[in-house]
Amino acid sequence: MDHLDQLEAQSIYIFREAFGRLKKIALLWSLGKDSNVMIWLARKAFFGRLPFPALHVDTGKKFPEMYRFRDHYGKEWDLDLRVEPCPPIDAVDPTLPPAARSAARKTEGLKMALAKYGFDGLIAGIRRDEEATRAKERVFSPRGLEGNWDVRDQPPEFWDHFNASPPQGAHLRIHPILHWTEADIWAYTKRENIPIIPLYLSQNGKRYRSLGDQDITNPVNSTASNIDEILAELEQTKVPERAGRALDHETEDAFERLRVAGYL
Amino acid sequence: MNMIVTPASPATPNGTTRPQVRIVIVGHVDHGKSTLVGRLLHETGSLPDGKLEMLKAVSARRGMPFEWSFLLDALQTERDQGITIDTTQIRFRTNSRDIVLIDAPGHAEFLRNMITGASQADGAVLIIDALEGVRDQTRRHGYLLHLLGVKQVAVVVNKMDRVDFSADRFKAISDEISAHLNGLGVTPTVIIPISARDGDGVAEYTIRIGWYKGPTVVEALDALEPARPLEALPLRLPVQAIYKFDDRRIVAGRIESGSLIAGDEIVIMPAGKIARIKTVESWPVTPVAGRQGAGRSVGITLDRELFIERGDIVAHAGSAPRETRRLRARIFWLHEKPLAKGDQLLVRCGPKESRATVVAIEKAVDPGELSSVENKAIGRNHVGEIDISLSSPIATDPYTENPRTGRLVIEVSGRIAGGGLVLSVEAGQRAVPVDIVPVESALRPDERSARYRHNGAVVWLTGLPASGKSTLAKALERRLFTNGGSPILLDGDTLRAGLNSDLGFSAADRSENIRRLAEVATHLARNGHIAIVAAVSPAREDRATARRIADTAFREIHVATPAEVCEERDPKGHYKKARAGALASFTGIGNDYETPEAAELVIDTSTRTVAAAADEIEQMLKTTGVLFDEVVDLAANI
Repeated sequence: MDHLDQLEAQSIYIFREAFGRLKKIALLWSLGKDSNVMIWLARKAFFGRLPFPALHVDTGKKFPEMYRFRDHYGKEWDLDLRVEPCPPIDAVDPTLPPAARSAARKTEGLKMALAKYGFDGLIAGIRRDEEATRAKERVFSPRGLEGNWDVRDQPPEFWDHFNASPPQGAHLRIHPILHWTEADIWAYTKRENIPIIPLYLSQNGKRYRSLGDQDITNPVNSTASNIDEILAELEQTKVPERAGRALDHETEDAFERLRVAGYL
Repeated sequence: MNMIVTPASPATPNGTTRPQVRIVIVGHVDHGKSTLVGRLLHETGSLPDGKLEMLKAVSARRGMPFEWSFLLDALQTERDQGITIDTTQIRFRTNSRDIVLIDAPGHAEFLRNMITGASQADGAVLIIDALEGVRDQTRRHGYLLHLLGVKQVAVVVNKMDRVDFSADRFKAISDEISAHLNGLGVTPTVIIPISARDGDGVAEYTIRIGWYKGPTVVEALDALEPARPLEALPLRLPVQAIYKFDDRRIVAGRIESGSLIAGDEIVIMPAGKIARIKTVESWPVTPVAGRQGAGRSVGITLDRELFIERGDIVAHAGSAPRETRRLRARIFWLHEKPLAKGDQLLVRCGPKESRATVVAIEKAVDPGELSSVENKAIGRNHVGEIDISLSSPIATDPYTENPRTGRLVIEVSGRIAGGGLVLSVEAGQRAVPVDIVPVESALRPDERSARYRHNGAVVWLTGLPASGKSTLAKALERRLFTNGGSPILLDGDTLRAGLNSDLGFSAADRSENIRRLAEVATHLARNGHIAIVAAVSPAREDRATARRIADTAFREIHVATPAEVCEERDPKGHYKKARAGALASFTGIGNDYETPEAAELVIDTSTRTVAAAADEIEQMLKTTGVLFDEVVDLAANI
């Protein structure tokens, strides 16, 4: 078993635990590289199908390429796709810095979707290596009734034993690729031939390393125009993955505030 | 539209094939864990651009000297309090391998986070402050590493600058920690004097520790072994789920040890059913050829239809795990409420979940002091050895034989409250699997409950002779039947006339009598009937056994009619005979009836009519999910 096999087997284990131990779950599909790998892993876990809905909490501000990707693969992969809208910007905490405030719409949209369907588990494609607060996550991460994350009181989780009993009305976030790195995602995408959105590949000396909303995501300088070149670039670069995500950099704790409030 | 990116060139070196070693850093709070991690990242060139500058700016803004630990303590709350509150994983590279560093908090309150981190580690770095020396938390962490099975421990003695790089001070601490770890059966791979803040001994030797001849921290990490391969051990495939998305019936799970291939003869434990692996299924290509080894999440199909449940273990015949309802475990306890004898728990052993009772606390130790505390309970953050009895049989191995299947966690109120290692297994009667293939019913439980409008159940009426059990049981039987249900009366005396006619009235025979009653009743309940058992069943332990056997189907009703009323009734003349000395071991006169403590319902028939008592039972069966609510409505509509 090589490194990617190990990552894959571990993720499949997590998927099966989530499906087996929770009553009503959904997978959050943000259309990006991580959640595409996640859907692929879920289909491995469940022998070709996704036995629960794929939820796209849509800010309405994604790139056209992302919407095209969603519509095409939603069908081709036979997903039970639920597209859920987000509330307008006025409905969001005005004390947040602009980009974070814009991103917080997604948190609100997520809460609305949770209330609408009554999911007790949401599968999300976050990774520890992305960002410092995500590094502190559990695989099965309990959320409060308001969707909030209490980083000071996380249940112990060891030997792949997860806490799968959310309090009444609350839900769990399940993170099946928490242990993957950005390079792992690309190496696996290449090995499995998983489709990607072309925005990740260099055009005119720039490419996106992380895809979010159009207005708060910027491309990074790069000449990498295929996955091998991306992997070679990651080997060298010291630019953090989310450098192009404006919301991470507005204030020291903007991202942490978002996450504690329920952001991914 | 084609968005598939075809690989344009051969694989690039992307680091994914280098050996990966996971290392946890533990030790007493403020002994310098985060500082060491920050320094290690810096020394190995693993910091992203701009991180160092950002940290300097953060420190300056707070009017504080530069602090390496800010690197990890990325959360606002942590920076404010100056403590690390959760496990952080950081990656860096040494010459030969990728290291995943798990930074575990030292604060006693956050021991659960330390365990969360350390349980995933191949090796550990235990850090000790040269000035403060070995502290409670140092010892506690050393003990927990031992308990978690982390065998490779590198010790670093930090803050050597605070003791003038004294070789004597270093030796004193080395001796103390070596003695402690050796006492636990852990031999430190190395003990290194360092100053994490200044960098001495981390990646480089400095003149200040010129007297030290061993490896640096980076060299020591480079020498730790990756996780031991588990393929050499016997096959253990704990069943996570059975999937039937199409015409295949796939048994899914992760191979914890050993390996399997299509064609293997396997045994499903704990039931001991035998089958052969037909295929190993996968996606997008299926079936998979070739042997599948430990660590793989797989799906298999079998050559025959067997009833298999989540938590069963697939093994090879001849090297199967033991089946048991009783085991001893060494555990660490994280819950606020101490663990005590008699506590009811939920135990998880892989995907297998079983209710359990703590039969005995054999040892309770505060690993900080390494002193035995009172054997009554295991307090928070303490460790101990316990004897537990399980409500349903599980298949498991002692930890020494299989580290993957020989461990368990304990849940309290849906949250992991402790965990530990299986020390020994009191094997059940079916230690050697036999080729018994129980025939499954042709009907599914939901087909039956749709017809009867109730789920299967064991309604257990206990109470003194002549308390009214049989009368009540018959009234209930009549009522359930009238409503379209399927009740079956199992009267203790009636069964003693046939099935149990070989049994007398000794304590052992009485226990066996109850066990058989419970087994028959449970079989009926599993097949959708409501088995109404009317039996004195005086011993609390025997009733507990019955509850274990019937598990969630069990409903206990204590027919608590006062003893003098029972004796006055005496319909069978038993009391009269017993008073005359003609009936040995008669419950009621001898005062050997043990009153139930947690019956689902208590009924005193001296103050109620039979109909009112039957009403109460019916209500209880509704509120506890046995009878469906519509029963009454249905009856009204007929």
